[in-house]
Amino acid sequence: MADNLVIKLKPKSSKATQTLLAFASLILLILIFSIASPNFFQPENLIGILLATAVNGILAVGITFIIVTGGIDLSIGTVMTFGSVMAGVFITMWKLPIPVGVAAGVGAGALCGFLNGFTISKLKVPPFIATLGMMMITKGLNLIFSGVKPVYFVDTPVFAKIATMPVFGIPMGVIVFFVAAILAWFILSKTVLGRYTFAIGSNEEAARLSGINTDGWKIAIYSLGGAFAGIAGIVMASRLQSAQPALGAGYELDAIAAAVIGGTSLSGGEGTILGTVIGAFIITVLTNGLRILSVPQEWQMVVTGLIVIGAVYLDIVRRKVK
Amino acid sequence: MNEVLVRMEGIEKTFPGVHALSDCRFSLTGGEVHALIGENGAGKSTLMKILSGVYQKDSGVIEIRGKQVEIGNTKHAQSLGISIIHQELNLMKHLTAAQNIFIGREHDAKIPFLVDDKQINEKTKKLFEMIHLDLDPRVKISELTVAKQQMVEIAKALSFNMDVLIMDEPTSALSDSEIEDLFRVIRKLRDQGKGIVYISHRMDELKIICDTVTVMRDGKYIDTNPMKDMTVEKIISRMVGREIYETAHIHGDAEKEDVVMEVRGLNSGKKIKDVSFKLHKGEILGFAGLLGAGRTETARAIFGADPIDSGEIYIKGERVHIKHPQDAVKYGIGYLSEDRKQYGLALGLSVVTNTVMASLEKFTGFLGIVDEKKTREIATKYVDRLQTKTPSIDQRTRNLSGGNQQKVVIGKWLVRDCDILIFDEPTRGIDVGAKSEIYKLLNELADQGKSIIMISSELPEILRMSHRVAVMCEGRITGMLRAEECTQESIMRFATMRA
Repeated sequence: MADNLVIKLKPKSSKATQTLLAFASLILLILIFSIASPNFFQPENLIGILLATAVNGILAVGITFIIVTGGIDLSIGTVMTFGSVMAGVFITMWKLPIPVGVAAGVGAGALCGFLNGFTISKLKVPPFIATLGMMMITKGLNLIFSGVKPVYFVDTPVFAKIATMPVFGIPMGVIVFFVAAILAWFILSKTVLGRYTFAIGSNEEAARLSGINTDGWKIAIYSLGGAFAGIAGIVMASRLQSAQPALGAGYELDAIAAAVIGGTSLSGGEGTILGTVIGAFIITVLTNGLRILSVPQEWQMVVTGLIVIGAVYLDIVRRKVK
Repeated sequence: MNEVLVRMEGIEKTFPGVHALSDCRFSLTGGEVHALIGENGAGKSTLMKILSGVYQKDSGVIEIRGKQVEIGNTKHAQSLGISIIHQELNLMKHLTAAQNIFIGREHDAKIPFLVDDKQINEKTKKLFEMIHLDLDPRVKISELTVAKQQMVEIAKALSFNMDVLIMDEPTSALSDSEIEDLFRVIRKLRDQGKGIVYISHRMDELKIICDTVTVMRDGKYIDTNPMKDMTVEKIISRMVGREIYETAHIHGDAEKEDVVMEVRGLNSGKKIKDVSFKLHKGEILGFAGLLGAGRTETARAIFGADPIDSGEIYIKGERVHIKHPQDAVKYGIGYLSEDRKQYGLALGLSVVTNTVMASLEKFTGFLGIVDEKKTREIATKYVDRLQTKTPSIDQRTRNLSGGNQQKVVIGKWLVRDCDILIFDEPTRGIDVGAKSEIYKLLNELADQGKSIIMISSELPEILRMSHRVAVMCEGRITGMLRAEECTQESIMRFATMRA
């Protein structure tokens, strides 16, 4: 009777299928645009796509951690700009060395994330509200610190070139993105922090009862998300050769979309960095391809929106079939 | 003589509005399996949650191996050698079995911020071998049955080298052979000098596995006795402090003629194969079988909760197409899930709201405004009729005991005027006193002409309640027995009969 009850189970990964599907969609998009326009599959355009993905990609990779915990961060767009502005303040206004400015930008992002995490885990403010507040706060601080005008990196032309400087033909900004993604992949799948990210998203109470300091880890995870936003801010500042204080709002939605297209579940417990990276590329390829086909920008937005809904719907259908 | 591992004295605990424990005591010796029993709400779980650090006591003394301790949290309890397996499983379903078992202890020996999955998989394999569990440590919890998840919980507790293991209703979801396995493990641990606290409502089990029994009632300690001096009757009278309603069910009272529902050749995925049966008016049709035999799946398919591949359903002779639970409810079918908390109740809402939830249109007037007064009347009526114990009809159902939650769900379907009620494990996690009330209720419903499908894994329950029994095995109905043909042996024979 005992063997009658043993259900043989192989570990199967639904995440892998989702990532594969996303990847197939990306390839399909690239194929379609390449056929539709000879201008699409050109080295310059492809480099352009890479560079255009970098900022959103870094943001998306950071927010993946937060979404996997079952949380959300609406502030990463303006926190990103906060990173840009702080770098500008340190480098241009206070004439400090570039590495200090970069550290200040990333640190500023991490600090915002830390405060988000604190508000959420210790003060028990829901993530949506806590980070919505942080979004407004940083939006204001960006204007305050910059004096309501862009901060140009006039004295440090090196900084302004970092992002676009080619290394083996690939712009540095893109390399930063790839390194950030690899680092994020490593943290999420190989470290204790990554394991607790999934544990919290899957069943926070069970994790807590297992003796895990869930509050502390949540603060760490939001700080990490903030730090990634800071890195994105540096890349952004370098690309624009300035810190644009009014920029940032809306970027968080693109990042969330990238994570979701890549298979990260908004209810927590599921998600991969590879999926998110592919998701970020899908968004850029789509925007870029449609622009090359001379589809007006407003229609590009409509299509991207449909893709986000479609991707999640397909995932739901796939789960049901299984 | 074995050492006293745990001594609790004068424990007090108050929750907002409830005096959960008053002057409770409990002591546990190494090498014993100690049954802690009482009706739901008697305070057993609360007392054990205090011992395992989930709750903190208001006052009282706890001694572990003779040393007074203040248990601040679960981690502290674990470090004192106390592990608890909660009735509501506490697993992270997106993580693997090994990742769950070693959560908090998965780091690499040399590089503490890295996880060492290889090592925890190997350790988990060994733990599984200890409890004869044939399972891949890398399987995700979401892919496992409740029974297997429970085994993972047990393996987790074992992994802590505990001295004291508290098990809250460990067998409520296990099949007989799995219970055998569990008992083997419990005896092994006992022989190693560990102390085991065993909370269960299954009297037959207590006699088999427990050495000592402590009874609690209404948040108070009643007494502690060696199990060999106790009978089931003695235990029950201590638990309830009153006589229990017990009637032998009159089986086979007249051949039931009217077929209320007929299912023909039902197939759904790999779970249900060619299931056909008839349900008569006023009948309690038991569905027996081992875990995973397809009973719940059959119920869900009939109810429209899962898609049907083929097959026909007739209600009162008329062919019906049930594609959605909404359709099922329209045809007067009510389904009471085995997982009340997930599917049966909106836990955050009141008794009133839950009671009228499935039939709100009856209580809405002009412009869709809900008639508050009417809903309160009907809720009060059903609370009285079902004798639901609740401080008020405005109480959130979360705060009710399992048996009373079940009554609220029953009330919900009765308000909806359902003629066919499908009960999936109606008494799972419900104590003896409330159980017999639920039985009484089922019999009354049948007498009033309602037709009942009762899925149960407890054979005594099936034998006691059913007019007929459908036995399932591997997705098929392998036997259809009349009450007089039913014995534990005959049911088990069909339940293990392969097609």
